Amino acid sequence: MEPAIIIENLSKQFKKGATNAPYLSLRDVITKAFQKKTKNEAESLFWALKDINLQIEPGERIGIIGRNGAGKSTLLKIISRITPPTKGRVIFEGRVASLLEVGTGFHPELTGRENIYLNGSILGLQKAEITKKLDEIIDFSGVENFIDTPLKHYSSGMELRLAFSVAAHLEPEILLIDEVLAVGDIEFQKKCLGKMEEVSQKEGRTILFVSHNLEAVLKLCDKGLWLKSGKVKMYDDIDKVVSAYIDDSNEEATFKYAGKNDFSKAICILEGWIKASNTIPNMVEVGEPLIIQMKIAVNEIKKFSFEVLIRDSRREPLLFLPVGLAHGKEHTLSKGEYVVTITTMLPFLTKDRYFIDLITADTNKSYIHYLESAVYFEMGGKVLESTNFEYTANQRMGKILLTEAIKVEINEL
Amino acid sequence: MKATRTVIEPQSNFSLRLHELWQYRELFYFFTWRDIKVKYKQTYLGILWSIIQPLFLMLLFTLVFARHFSPVSNSIDYKSFVLSALILWTLFYSATSHAAESIITQVSIIKKIYFPRLIIIGSAILTALFDFFVAFIIFLLFCIFFRQHISWQAIFLFPAGILMILLSAFGIGSLLAALNVKFRDFRYALPFLLQLLFFSSQVVYPLKDIEQPWLKQALSLNPVNGAIEIFRGALTLEFDLQVIFTGLFMAIVLCISGLIYFRKTEAYFADLA
Repeated sequence: MEPAIIIENLSKQFKKGATNAPYLSLRDVITKAFQKKTKNEAESLFWALKDINLQIEPGERIGIIGRNGAGKSTLLKIISRITPPTKGRVIFEGRVASLLEVGTGFHPELTGRENIYLNGSILGLQKAEITKKLDEIIDFSGVENFIDTPLKHYSSGMELRLAFSVAAHLEPEILLIDEVLAVGDIEFQKKCLGKMEEVSQKEGRTILFVSHNLEAVLKLCDKGLWLKSGKVKMYDDIDKVVSAYIDDSNEEATFKYAGKNDFSKAICILEGWIKASNTIPNMVEVGEPLIIQMKIAVNEIKKFSFEVLIRDSRREPLLFLPVGLAHGKEHTLSKGEYVVTITTMLPFLTKDRYFIDLITADTNKSYIHYLESAVYFEMGGKVLESTNFEYTANQRMGKILLTEAIKVEINEL
Repeated sequence: MKATRTVIEPQSNFSLRLHELWQYRELFYFFTWRDIKVKYKQTYLGILWSIIQPLFLMLLFTLVFARHFSPVSNSIDYKSFVLSALILWTLFYSATSHAAESIITQVSIIKKIYFPRLIIIGSAILTALFDFFVAFIIFLLFCIFFRQHISWQAIFLFPAGILMILLSAFGIGSLLAALNVKFRDFRYALPFLLQLLFFSSQVVYPLKDIEQPWLKQALSLNPVNGAIEIFRGALTLEFDLQVIFTGLFMAIVLCISGLIYFRKTEAYFADLA
């Protein structure tokens, strides 16, 4: 049987900084034309994907993992033909659909029925196909009473159900899912995952699944593709890829951001580490404070605050520390480099490894510099010396242990 | 259904990929259908709006200018003279402006899904053409009511004028739409450009009244002048061939350059927009 997708030497080059101002003004171009070409021009190009070679067999479910910026979403965008590759090629047979496209082109003024036709047609269905499946789509959506009402009168939940119903009847040969970019509520994401399970197991379609949720990837995929800085780091059975990925992330736990100041970030985090309170590096015992330290460079004088997100070993977000909020104020510092110490008392966490996102954010709560899983620490798991009780993950007791502020009342009936 | 093979490669040779456009013809239809439907939702007068504007402008221009330019010709009075040009201008205006804005207004779709982007331009123009036909029918009734003579040559003169307008609108529209994605400056240049084109078109005044030959030649570079010359020729049977051929040449040049530039840049719309 022929492979479902063949990827040959696929590369994609981007201009750095192009994300900040996606479109140009004519003035920029004119002024640039009069400036001498600098070396920076060549340096500002980078490869989002570099020489990817893959063969994906029909029916395989590939989980694509890697850090932010590793090229995962770019790969999906190229396969769905939204953006062209710089080099190389992709060959596949049949229809590609992505669950990102749910509801694309919905128009509030049109009725539910009209939107089914419009959306279906944008997603690549023929009019005759839509007519054939119309009853099924309306049935599945559960909004049959409002099907001839303009979409603007729908609740957002109804709109989502209708959108999903159209997407669910696409029956593509290849399904792309980018959970990282998937907006919408948890229920919607769950529905996507549920649909994905159904599609892959019952219908045997080829699936590419991008996610940070390693648990979901392990559950749903049979092979793993690990991308690192635009290159294939590993392509193997999902278990092997995930465990190698976790190991690799752990090694990088004491973190240096490219070792130098990035002047495009107003407040740049240069280094981050956990201040060891005992001899074992990155070890935090229960009852001890967690001390996060980082070196920052202030390149621009503006109000900002710190935020810290703690993830579990599967990289699922676990705890959020809005440092700025708790602190009650934002910082304004003059230009220069600083060492920042953030100290907090954690609740009792299960004995495991945890990752920390270091974030500087501005007053509008938009990120200035976001470093995902920049540093890690280990929880020891000892709750109380006296009881010798060790709180570990395999005891099926959740991830957080609460020992204080528990009140028990027993009343005789 | 047999699965089709897709090969994704960097863009190498320039190609119009007409075959692909044909594959997506239903989407073309749905976009046009949506635009027409949405345009007149929650309006009381609905499609009549497409004629109200030219009718009122005609009334105004007739009241103000009629005595300055009359008699324009023996076979046409001023109000028919103005209205015939105004409905054609309205077609050009709405086709060009919708096409030029179309890509940036549909950017959310472009960033999520692939289809030949030319469909968006095409459906913007088709939507304008739909409005035009309503106005055109009312224009014909107008001519019958006011006993304005229409010669039998109108059978090919009307379509020729309309076609020339469509070519020009497509050329300018697709060029501006593609440029708009990269340089938002063109968004602000568009109303100005259209105003410039309006006043250089022989809508209110007859081109033949212009005495300086260089000015007349310069004005005939505006393809709308050639189109009006042909279209209005069905009423007057007077033609200035130089105006027509200069306009036709310009329309074709605009159409080809717009098409080439659009096709060359469309792959990067999602990256840039």
